[in-house]
Amino acid sequence: MKTRLSLCVNGETHDVLVPVHKTLLEVLREDLDLTGTKHGCELGECGTCTVLVDGVPVLSCLALPAELEGTEIVTVEGMARGGELHPLQQAFAELGAAQCGYCTPGVLLTAQALLAETPVPTREQIREALAGNLCRCTGYTKILDAVELAALRTSAAGAAGGRS
Amino acid sequence: MLRLPPFEYLPARTVADAVKYVADRGADAMLVAGGTDLYPNMKRRQFEPKALIGLRGIRELRGVRGDARTGVTIGAMTVLSDLADHPTLLDHYAGVATAAGLVSSPQLRRMGTIGGNVCVDTRCNYYNQTYSWRKAIGFCMKKDGDTCLVAPGSPRCWAVSSSDTAPALWSLGARVRLVGPAGERTIRFSTLYRDDGIDYLAKQPDEILTDILLPPADGWRSAYLKLRRRGSFDFPVLGVAVAARMDGDVVREARIVLGAVASTPREADRAAAALVGERVTPEVITRVADLAAGPSKPLDNTDFTHPYRKKVTRVFVARALRKIAGLPESGASTAEIG
Repeated sequence: MKTRLSLCVNGETHDVLVPVHKTLLEVLREDLDLTGTKHGCELGECGTCTVLVDGVPVLSCLALPAELEGTEIVTVEGMARGGELHPLQQAFAELGAAQCGYCTPGVLLTAQALLAETPVPTREQIREALAGNLCRCTGYTKILDAVELAALRTSAAGAAGGRS
Repeated sequence: MLRLPPFEYLPARTVADAVKYVADRGADAMLVAGGTDLYPNMKRRQFEPKALIGLRGIRELRGVRGDARTGVTIGAMTVLSDLADHPTLLDHYAGVATAAGLVSSPQLRRMGTIGGNVCVDTRCNYYNQTYSWRKAIGFCMKKDGDTCLVAPGSPRCWAVSSSDTAPALWSLGARVRLVGPAGERTIRFSTLYRDDGIDYLAKQPDEILTDILLPPADGWRSAYLKLRRRGSFDFPVLGVAVAARMDGDVVREARIVLGAVASTPREADRAAAALVGERVTPEVITRVADLAAGPSKPLDNTDFTHPYRKKVTRVFVARALRKIAGLPESGASTAEIG
């Protein structure tokens, strides 16, 4: 049985008619064509399908859209502003923090939520925040470096009155 | 791709709504809180309910009320990350905050609830597998089959109690409030579980776990240690919860509860009794830890070998006691258990 839902994704409201048992991951990829969100284990173990729901990292493979009406969902497609990459995306690109790239969308969004709560986290806080995001290339060092670089840049820009 | 089987979704807004849905739909329906354990199980066809009753919209079930002097009430839909960070729990019910903070990964702690963790399904290497895997090896009695694959001669299922928070809450004398069509009742953790991998909850099927009630802190100190392969993830393959009410440096009351060594959390009552009236000296710690390993009887149906899990029981009980007594840690660092 299909149900009509209104979902706010990346600031846009989408009306979808979907079976209620479709997960958010499936609706994002198959109904909204937002394929930046990746499916990995589909059982809540790998973190690659992480999106933000009201700013909180959530595993979209275990989230029901029927429970998310009225929330703000952000996927990796919602991070850049126009042609300008998010500072995290910029730092990841510069430092080569994406290898195969499959875990990258989930890592970026989890890191974005961390920096919103803790603008200049310690290395240990970054490791803890990203503990649920597996990188199958095991490229963790550069991921941690890139989050640190983005944090330094955004806090410096914030201190100088620029974009934060 | 692993997809959920079709179901009807019934969103409850109040506990009364949920009780009515459960009464109306009976065994066709299941309750869903955070969904972090139920949805993976449904994707692997361990559960195929015709309807899901969603508890997420029930605001009255969220949050922590009360204080250490009068006792604390935790709404069943409170997410685990909120408990891990809660100042009252950290200061006065440390074992509970630690256990909540050691469940799975950061994302799952922000989705998963305390009620869900207390009621979490039992686990077994032969059960927590995809449908095709289970079909290939021959279904077990917990789902679709009639034998136990870990103990083929056994008439019962040996799936393992896998809650981190239950042993910690039990050790501190917590109770749960259950609400059903006939009204509500409050029971101790020690009567919430059964030692059976299939029928592991003593709660009636039409009852909903609404709150967890912690007694006044009253001098109790507590600690929880967890064994798992990956420090940032994984269900417990051993959980050790120790709580002691101290009068100066003498133990007046104590409880030691082991997780993931049976189909129910298991109380090591002889070990706890050996603590009472004693100062927590290295000699007492050794004696109590040896006694606590007695009721730890893990089977070969989770990660790590079962003799190793039994051996670590002794080590973790000793470490938890040292922590409660404020003694320096000895042996390996706690990083391996964090």
